[in-house]
Amino acid sequence: MWKGKDVISIRDFSKKDIEYVLKTAENLEHELKEKGSLEYAKGKILATLFFEPSTRTRLSFESAMHRLGGSVIGFSEASSTSVKKGESLRDTIKTVEQYSDVIVIRHPKEGAARLAAEVADIPVINAGDGSNQHPTQTLLDLYTIKSAFGKIDGLKIGLLGDLKYGRTVHSLSEALTHYDVELYLISPELLRMPKHIVEELKERGIKVYETSDLESVIGELDVLYATRIQKERFPDEQEYLKVKGSYVIDCEVLKKAKETLKVMHPLPRVDEIHPSVDSSKHAIYFKQVFSGVPVRMALLGLTLGVIE
Amino acid sequence: MSELKVTAIKEGTVIDHIPAGKGLKVIQILKLDKLDGGALLLAANVHSKKLGKKDIVKIEGRFLSEEEVNKIALIAPSATVNIVRDYKVAEKFQVGIPEEISGILKCANPNCVSNHEYTTPKFYVISKEPLKVRCHYCERTMEEKEILANL
Ligand SMILES: [Zn+2]
Repeated sequence: MWKGKDVISIRDFSKKDIEYVLKTAENLEHELKEKGSLEYAKGKILATLFFEPSTRTRLSFESAMHRLGGSVIGFSEASSTSVKKGESLRDTIKTVEQYSDVIVIRHPKEGAARLAAEVADIPVINAGDGSNQHPTQTLLDLYTIKSAFGKIDGLKIGLLGDLKYGRTVHSLSEALTHYDVELYLISPELLRMPKHIVEELKERGIKVYETSDLESVIGELDVLYATRIQKERFPDEQEYLKVKGSYVIDCEVLKKAKETLKVMHPLPRVDEIHPSVDSSKHAIYFKQVFSGVPVRMALLGLTLGVIE
Repeated sequence: MSELKVTAIKEGTVIDHIPAGKGLKVIQILKLDKLDGGALLLAANVHSKKLGKKDIVKIEGRFLSEEEVNKIALIAPSATVNIVRDYKVAEKFQVGIPEEISGILKCANPNCVSNHEYTTPKFYVISKEPLKVRCHYCERTMEEKEILANL
């Protein structure tokens, strides 16, 4: 079923697909805990093609492949490759697929992963294409929520911070339309969720509340997903300074929250979450980082066809 | 009206019911304004019962591919295409917006891979009225204004 499949956009995933990946990741996490290392991908080679640097994502994929018993080749910036000499993406992909069994690609141009998948005969996994998609991040976010609550349906989920430019919150909210959840969109006026996304969420039956006041809604939430306000997205530094530090989640704010509230963040953080929160029962953002490994193991194993 | 007879063609295509003012754009996107083709006739601002005013384009000795017909639909969804053989309308059909648009439209996103690599740009029509399409590659949505500017 999954053998040879590409992982390009969360849009391509049905609820059944998502659930299957999450289930497979859960099984792998347990098996890994028992055995220490696995051998499903023994003899298989992953090529990680990072045309722009993203150390965490790359390490997470590499770790996943090693845990599956496979090996890894690749590059972490395009300047060290023939791309610098003007080689087309198509030719890079056609070349690299001669050396490997699965490709993970990170590229600054939107749609690059889709193109790579069309060119390659082996499976291609998108590790971020410009401001477009980063589907494995969304799947690991869902996995983290499911691990924490045993379910996704019925939860009240708050998305906080830069909802305008934040790719992770766009895809996550899109994936959440498959579930019965309520979404609280909490952002400065300047950084509200794009209107077309809010409309789409409502059309697909999600209850959506928009506010700029975290304290007024924090008591309702089961999950608070914070994002970084990214300086580089602002055309004007003055605009950035207006919203910088809009929200800081600290132990004081969390006094108003449910005992069971879980705080998530795709990391890296700047000042959105105070370090004193790290040791509280609310913090699951490092667990979220860990989730990347079983989820990526699942995707690698399924698309390679070594796990069914 | 006699003008239709004066400009009748023996073999070719008549694109009728083009919204007034869009005739020239139809000629441009079909690249009919090249010197090596047959006779090309544009009737602009013609009285029409259906549209009030309309444009008509006649092309001698040339027939349109399905792709070209679909292209017309993007700017003139009301257009009808008549295939003329031996001075008679041999076939007549209404243009239609397809579910997928391949190869005729460029993506408006300057950072889209389709504008940098060798690809056939492809779009999915997500709404016909108003016209909205989504790029197969970058997944960005384009609305009518951008679509017309990028044809
Ligand atoms: Zn595009």
